[in-house]
Amino acid sequence: MDDRYPPPAAGRPAIVLRDVGFAYTTARGVTEALARVSLEVPRGSTVAFVGPSGCGKSTLLKLIAGLLATTAGTIVVDDQPVGGPLKNVGMAFQNPVLLPWRSVLDNVLLPLEILRENGDPRAPAVGLWRERAVALLATVGLTGAEPRQPRELSGGMRQRVSLCRALIHEPALLLLDEPFAALDAFTREEMWELYQRLRAQREFTGVLVTHDLREAVFLADSIYVLAGHPGRLAHAHEVGLARPRTLAQVYGVEGTELMRRLREQIRPARETAA
Amino acid sequence: MGSRARRVVLPVAVFVAIVLVWEAAVTLLRVHPIVLPPPSGVAVTMVRTAGPIAYHAWHTLVTTLLGFAAAVGLGLLLGFAIGSSATVNAALYPLLVGFNSIPKAAVVPLLVMWFGIGTVPAVLTAFLLAFFPVAVNVAVGLATLETELRDVLRSLGASRWQIFRKVGVPRTMPLFFASLKVAVSSAFVGSVISETVAANAGIGYLMAVAASDFNTRLAFGGLAVLAAMGVLLYGVFAVIERRMTAWAYAE
Repeated sequence: MDDRYPPPAAGRPAIVLRDVGFAYTTARGVTEALARVSLEVPRGSTVAFVGPSGCGKSTLLKLIAGLLATTAGTIVVDDQPVGGPLKNVGMAFQNPVLLPWRSVLDNVLLPLEILRENGDPRAPAVGLWRERAVALLATVGLTGAEPRQPRELSGGMRQRVSLCRALIHEPALLLLDEPFAALDAFTREEMWELYQRLRAQREFTGVLVTHDLREAVFLADSIYVLAGHPGRLAHAHEVGLARPRTLAQVYGVEGTELMRRLREQIRPARETAA
Repeated sequence: MGSRARRVVLPVAVFVAIVLVWEAAVTLLRVHPIVLPPPSGVAVTMVRTAGPIAYHAWHTLVTTLLGFAAAVGLGLLLGFAIGSSATVNAALYPLLVGFNSIPKAAVVPLLVMWFGIGTVPAVLTAFLLAFFPVAVNVAVGLATLETELRDVLRSLGASRWQIFRKVGVPRTMPLFFASLKVAVSSAFVGSVISETVAANAGIGYLMAVAASDFNTRLAFGGLAVLAAMGVLLYGVFAVIERRMTAWAYAE
């Protein structure tokens, strides 16, 4: 398997955030969740957002996906301002939310069904669907699992299926909200390696929200620390580790030092929040 | 004894024991048959009046199923409307709960006033009792769709209608089929209540007539038929539920 990790392409960034803010109204008044977030995500790179709970990480992900509308600033994805739900996105969450009445294969094919019904040109001919899904499932180590029901699978296997569903339509953007948080430590590390393998094989820009600093260090090219109320960009780090990365690198001197700095930056934010 | 045999044999044994005790008690204590007839006497009467009982049972069954069918139709419509629109939910749900808290037996005289004595009030009473569980279950199934799943689909460009069709409807089916069991039992109660008050056919009517004739044996016979029909209707829909939504039952 080719594990070369293509470097982020030069040229226009995949995602541009300019002074992005988000506020929502509740019975108790207006709450500002995010304020003045500006950053650029190079095409093909993976960025991670870390920070204390409630700092607006997940909100930021939904804003990028167009599932929420910004109340200040602009978001541009692939040179187009985001004005509604994007269509070239794959998403995965801590909860794999598979459809329990569908087999693994039919769960993975769900996005293609939607694209085809909507006349989307990215939907391949129906005859190729199965082949594509089987190949993708093989990449994540689920050969032969196609006819199985989600309830028969372990948590890690479900999360792999969820990742396949997020990638089957070859989206330009993969948005992950704590995708591996519910898995045990060893399975989680396997999933990091899996992500890296998938990324080596196909081109997509990744946005990851996580509480796990090791995960951020392993997967991301850049790590952003969000903190405060409303959440703002407090710190930014480039992860200098070479690709493909190994667990040894993450737990090595450079990785550990980065994690120590991240931890120091997140802790005061937690204390202010508490 | 296997668990399956236990589930069948034990209740049957208890039932037989109760019938035997009843039979013995009535004979030994010389209870007047008008007060409490022996089970054997009830059985004899049931066999002798099998024809009329079958006629009335059939009538009750048809009445129940008509009301039930209408209730499923309206229940689905209401459930879909309430479950997929927060506005409809806010507007209708409190009214539905209020309506459901009215004892439906109290509505029967009004229905008789409008539609006369007969089948129509019975069908309507069955309907009124049965639509609520269907509507609520369908609404709950639709309204509790995981936000993550909605996000996954919306980020593919799926429309509300597509989300409803691909995810909302299938995941609501276990709740819908579960509600059918409850609804058919409620419809059955509704039709029998109405028949007892104002009808000229049906097991409820048969029992009312038997009671006014002090024909206790026939009244018990009617009761036995009602029990059997109730269990049967529930059982049929319990089996349908299992068949249709096997995925919802993890082993």
